[in-house]
Amino acid sequence: MSQLYAWCAVAAIVLASTTGDVLLSRAMKEAGDVGQLWHCHGLFITLKRVLSNPIFFLGIFAMAVAFYSLLFGLSWGDVSLVVPASASLTFVTNAIAAKIFLHEHVDRRRWIAALLVAGGVVLLAV
Amino acid sequence: MTFRKYLVLAGVMLFSTVGDTLLSRGMKEAGSISLQHLTSVFLVVLHPSVALGIFFLLAFFACYMTALSWADLTYVLPATSLSYVLLTIIARFLLHENVSLTRWLGVLLISAGVGFVTQGPALTHKRDGAELQQPSEALITEAQQ
Repeated sequence: MSQLYAWCAVAAIVLASTTGDVLLSRAMKEAGDVGQLWHCHGLFITLKRVLSNPIFFLGIFAMAVAFYSLLFGLSWGDVSLVVPASASLTFVTNAIAAKIFLHEHVDRRRWIAALLVAGGVVLLAV
Repeated sequence: MTFRKYLVLAGVMLFSTVGDTLLSRGMKEAGSISLQHLTSVFLVVLHPSVALGIFFLLAFFACYMTALSWADLTYVLPATSLSYVLLTIIARFLLHENVSLTRWLGVLLISAGVGFVTQGPALTHKRDGAELQQPSEALITEAQQ
């Protein structure tokens, strides 16, 4: 039973952190190249531009949800299951979500990279 | 990709590794927090390791957001996963932990993945360009209003 709870927590972490990453990536793409902005308009306008985007705060909210799901998951299941399972699945779901929602060009090279990293993260925890 | 952009990616992995290590050390030193004493959660940020860890994680977040402003998510995430490799190397050579063969194999897989993704372009080129506003244009219209 607690195994099931742990996997539910993993699913919640993966869902929330993927949502957060996609939203934050979207917000930063809308803001534009931060280095260039800072160079041309200064730090204050750069910060204002990023912080005035509601998508940015939605992304941070999703990340907070992911963090609290991780805390719950750690109290229900083992660290050696919850952390690597959620970390490695997030690499794969992020590739899928980035292709669908951000229209990124996820070519074969990026799929292989995402799968290799996901596999490597699992091996690190074994 | 310029040298400065590689520096930002290096910052993402370095700051997240150092921040996580400091935070975990600080929380262990501070002891477990019970639900009855929730105020101790707020007091724990005064612990030097925890405070320093939070500072490094803020630096990580700034670097991560900067990287996402000019590179795809599917580029930044695998490219910065070298932090796992860094963590293993720290564990082996600074903390003198025993690192098993499977973990070295994991390090090898992650490094291969990073090698794959950094060979390709960092940003998807949008064909119409309508989706992404040019920052300078947008600021000009903002100023005119």
